[in-house]
Amino acid sequence: MKAATAILTSALCLGFALPAAANRVFVSNEKGNDVTVLDSETLEVIGTYPVGARPRGITISPDGKELYVCASDDDLVRVFNPETMEETHTLPSGPDPELFVLHPSGNPLYIANEDDNLVTVVDTQTHKVLAEIPVGVEPEGMGVSPDGKVVINTSETTNMAHFINSETFEIFGNVLVDSRPRFAQYNDQGTKLYVSSEIGGTVSVIHPENQTIEKKISFEIPGVLPEAIQPVGIRITKDGKKVYVALGPANRVAVINGETDEVEDYLLVGQRVWQLAFTPDEKYLFTTNGNSNDVSVIDVAANKVVKSVPVGQQPWGVVVAPN
Amino acid sequence: MTGRIIILLAGLAAAGPVLAQQAAQKPVETVRAAVLRVDVPHLPPISRLDTPPGDLGFAGARLAILDNDTTGRFMGQDFEALEVTATPETAAAEMEKLLAEGVPFIVTLADDATTLALADQAGDKALVLNARARGDALRGKDCRANVIHAAPSQAMLTDALAQFLMWKKWPNWFLVAGSHPEDIALADAYRRAATKFGAKIVEERTYEDTGGSRRSDSGHVQVQQQMPVFTQRAAEHDVLIAADENGVFAEWLPYETWDARPVAGSAGLVPRSWAPSLEAWGATQFQNRFEKLATRPMREEDYQTWIALRMIGESATRTQSTDPATLKQFMLSDKFEVAGFKGQKLTIRDWDHQLRQPILLATPTVTASVSPQDQYLHQSSALDTLGIDRPETECQF
Repeated sequence: MKAATAILTSALCLGFALPAAANRVFVSNEKGNDVTVLDSETLEVIGTYPVGARPRGITISPDGKELYVCASDDDLVRVFNPETMEETHTLPSGPDPELFVLHPSGNPLYIANEDDNLVTVVDTQTHKVLAEIPVGVEPEGMGVSPDGKVVINTSETTNMAHFINSETFEIFGNVLVDSRPRFAQYNDQGTKLYVSSEIGGTVSVIHPENQTIEKKISFEIPGVLPEAIQPVGIRITKDGKKVYVALGPANRVAVINGETDEVEDYLLVGQRVWQLAFTPDEKYLFTTNGNSNDVSVIDVAANKVVKSVPVGQQPWGVVVAPN
Repeated sequence: MTGRIIILLAGLAAAGPVLAQQAAQKPVETVRAAVLRVDVPHLPPISRLDTPPGDLGFAGARLAILDNDTTGRFMGQDFEALEVTATPETAAAEMEKLLAEGVPFIVTLADDATTLALADQAGDKALVLNARARGDALRGKDCRANVIHAAPSQAMLTDALAQFLMWKKWPNWFLVAGSHPEDIALADAYRRAATKFGAKIVEERTYEDTGGSRRSDSGHVQVQQQMPVFTQRAAEHDVLIAADENGVFAEWLPYETWDARPVAGSAGLVPRSWAPSLEAWGATQFQNRFEKLATRPMREEDYQTWIALRMIGESATRTQSTDPATLKQFMLSDKFEVAGFKGQKLTIRDWDHQLRQPILLATPTVTASVSPQDQYLHQSSALDTLGIDRPETECQF
């Protein structure tokens, strides 16, 4: 019933779209076992759809045709048609998939298996496991270089960013960072890799060529306990000039100058902010706020929070359709 | 499952720069540790659910070694922990063997008196990591420079509960303490916590341990008569606090009190270093990994042993060294921090070598709250609102 309504709504949207085409925003609700879909222009909820047990990581293919969800407690990745939100197939993921990253070409998918200290590589076309790569304890963050040659995994208890050759699946470098690295993000220029450390409270800026830490960004917010500042999700504008970092229970998103790597602003969002996603035109940045069960919408040009939208239970990840 | 490629790290270490290269150049170095558990003969606990498992503490050690070794593969480091059980009578002899073998790190699971004796016996030959004893004297007048306390102190636990009860606006406490020395010390800690946070102990009673059957078929029949009578005509109170370190009576108090009042302390809402119900801060994954390994929920002794050995592992990773003196020095420096699935970094107090840590307030099935409560502020670390702070310490190394 829900799916049918969604198709209808979506058809209407397509039929009467305004010049600035709206994109669908997909939010995984960890405790709700569903995904809330928003419209990126009206900022209204289009619908909510069941997606399996404990959905966390969520991403979409570059052509916008396949939506991937880590169903952590089902031990697999579920794949949905983003238009209908009907499940098309599943991908083997290894146990407890938490977060993943797609190769820029859309294939393969690199998945962190939190319970098994592995990164699983899955072919999105053949649905076969290509490799299992042993990494540190509690792998979570997954990043990929813009040229697709290097895959990054962060291990939360080992406290390293592992550099993996995407063709040979071999680890060729390990960089020790602060406690509980959660997320790894290259800038589009491929000149910097940002790794957030949740318990350490810092973001390490790593030079991808020689795998050394160029700078450690730390955060200070008046009136917020230092222990509450726990960096997790990172997103960077295409020009590499603005870096946004979700600060967890500090309920803020930090705005960092991507050239100097200095913090320029803190934006107040909902409670326990973890993951972020831009609209393709970078007009808006969406944040998932796990404790207030909502999504904050940031106007990127103005660096202002313009709206918060209630979603499901414990929103975890977010992705915006490319088209 | 065909066609899978399992990449073995050993084969590729040579390919990479930085850490991987170092790992390839130097031979694997081992960090040796031991877990010495001193079991005191005990009557069975009130509840059969609380029967101590045979691998108590050791299961936590095994997970810590797995975690340390996984990281160690990238560093050229290997970790091991011998598992030794003893009685209070054989503890010294077992300690002697470990010292003779040159084991530099010894995690102890023992009562206060035995822990102190073992620490003195170890002297400068080994660093003792206390994973069970909670007495404040061990961190105060009896403190030793060669001991680090991974287990929280009684003062930390009682302060954690006191903060929550004050937040609840339940300041009037009826304190029921057991008759054992540890119970008396725990009652002292509650009195101190009451003074510190502005609560009032309106009445105190002692529950004498007269021995006898704790878990007979008729146990509950007796209890249903005894507990209401024991708690009858207490001064008007908001909450009953039980101080029962040996599990003699506290578990019988909830629902059996004369007045309809909640029970906290050693039963009901219990301040703890760990609870198997905790899910926040990545704890779910940690609980899963432990339960897969031990096929049972994690207990406080397992957590405290795990964190003690992780402290050693973390120091070896950060210093890229396996030299015991280097590791000890790093652990006691202001650079040391370790993640323990409690939402913030854990560090060591330099005045008494106590590991700072949030304290969970748990019922048997859920984690109801975690202290420090947000409303209690501190000039250096909110965690120092729990336990004995720098200005009040009696410890002199």
